[in-house]
Amino acid sequence: MIVHALAFYLFSIVMIASAVMVILSRNPVHSVLFLILCFFNAAGLFLLIGAEFVAMILVIVYVGAVAVLFLFVVMMLDIDFAELRGQVMNHLPVGLLVGVILIAELLVAFGAWSSAPGASGIALAPVPTAEGVSNTEALGRIIYTDFVYLFQAAGIVLLIAMIGAIVLTLRSRVGVRRQSVARQVSRPREEVVAVRKVPTRGGV
Amino acid sequence: MGFWSGFAIPTVVIVLQIVAIILPLLVAVAYLTYAERKVLAAMQLRQGPNVVGPFGLLQPLADGIKLLGKETIIPSGANRVLFVAAPMLTFLLALVAWAVIPFQAGWVLADINVGILYLFAISSLGVYGIIIAGWASNSKYAFLGGLRSAAQMVSYEVSIGLVIITVLLCAGSLNLSKIVEAQRTIWFAIPLFPMFVVFFVSALAETNRAPFDLPEGESELSGGFNVEYSSMTFALFFLGEYANMILMSAMTVILFLGGWLPPLDIPPLNWIPGVVWFALKIAMVLFVFIWVRATVPRYRYDQLMRLGWKVFLPFSLLYVVATAGVLVAFDWLP
Repeated sequence: MIVHALAFYLFSIVMIASAVMVILSRNPVHSVLFLILCFFNAAGLFLLIGAEFVAMILVIVYVGAVAVLFLFVVMMLDIDFAELRGQVMNHLPVGLLVGVILIAELLVAFGAWSSAPGASGIALAPVPTAEGVSNTEALGRIIYTDFVYLFQAAGIVLLIAMIGAIVLTLRSRVGVRRQSVARQVSRPREEVVAVRKVPTRGGV
Repeated sequence: MGFWSGFAIPTVVIVLQIVAIILPLLVAVAYLTYAERKVLAAMQLRQGPNVVGPFGLLQPLADGIKLLGKETIIPSGANRVLFVAAPMLTFLLALVAWAVIPFQAGWVLADINVGILYLFAISSLGVYGIIIAGWASNSKYAFLGGLRSAAQMVSYEVSIGLVIITVLLCAGSLNLSKIVEAQRTIWFAIPLFPMFVVFFVSALAETNRAPFDLPEGESELSGGFNVEYSSMTFALFFLGEYANMILMSAMTVILFLGGWLPPLDIPPLNWIPGVVWFALKIAMVLFVFIWVRATVPRYRYDQLMRLGWKVFLPFSLLYVVATAGVLVAFDWLP
């Protein structure tokens, strides 16, 4: 039990400290790295409460994919660090406002938890009590039965976001010589290869 | 339950188990470099290492000692902490994944329920070592190598994820031991042969091996992300890459080639312990890794991206849907 408590405090302290470092560190690349550390410790906390599936998905999706793209973008930015230093105070009021609104919304959400009919029952027993049901199976049963429409709706929202991103970045350029793999592969041998007997001092 | 029986003794046992996994692994990594040079040499009609020790068997040791004796150079413009941390991270991730690999029935350090997801998570983290190394070196070649690697690994992870989903549909569990046990009737490589091929090619891309070794393309990036590294920091990258190769081979064996199970469950074959079968199958997959390197020329970068996103992703997505459909239609779901 004491190991459990120690692990909990270790994960939460490192998580909060790295979250603070995300906004305090001067170098944006360091910020992203601290964000990754923060995700890791969140995954550790999930493991401690027995939510192994959520912990692994957190690492795979956020650390393995999303944060890589963050890092990718941030590394390519050309930032003048000296210039950034003076601007922290300018953004402080907006940042504080967003933080306060987020906290207020979280409090409201937790205060009036039973938003959907039957939600309070599910919140009390998120995992079916039957023995031998693993974490993954329990999640699957809930998502694909009680919440199947919400789950599908979330999928559609993501799909629309993806299409939006593609539409925004897609531009048709003229004069681009594209490789048509199907055409290349389907060329007959006679069109591309010619075997010649080259005479000495003659050239082709 | 006192301090000794409840805490200290399990800790000591776990540490000993970790040593028992890592020591053979490091020896295997050392001799994989030797095997690669010998196999490549044989395929190119050369001798390969044959001077140090009998048949050149002490060559990996000599190489290791040589690397240890060199000077560690940290470029003056580099970010010192990240520059040193990146190779450590690569090597650490290559070792830490072995915690969930079952070597034989019951021979596993951590038999967790979500073993395959753990492996997937760890292998998707491997990109950080490379991208951080590229950025921290403060060199344009290293940086380009790091960026290439990030894009490549994220692309091929998607199809690896879909392949894993297909296997999970057939096995009905995320636990690696149960996935192996589910192949007792037939190895998944046979019914899922196209996915086996997709997984193997994606494994080549994920480990930055030829023909997808663009992050370290010698001809255009003069070595890629590890161009500024020397001595032990370079050695850690090198060992990490080979340990990752063995890890991806182990994943291939567990997901598709029946793990520790013998090819046929008949007397002369099932007298051999499972761990021997497991090692033999890994060695076979590793041989194919090296064979590919000796045979196939390097991909161009746009072709690599095309293969990942336009060929493998739609194909594996289709195969997931088809597999799920067949399993549900014939009521074969485990």
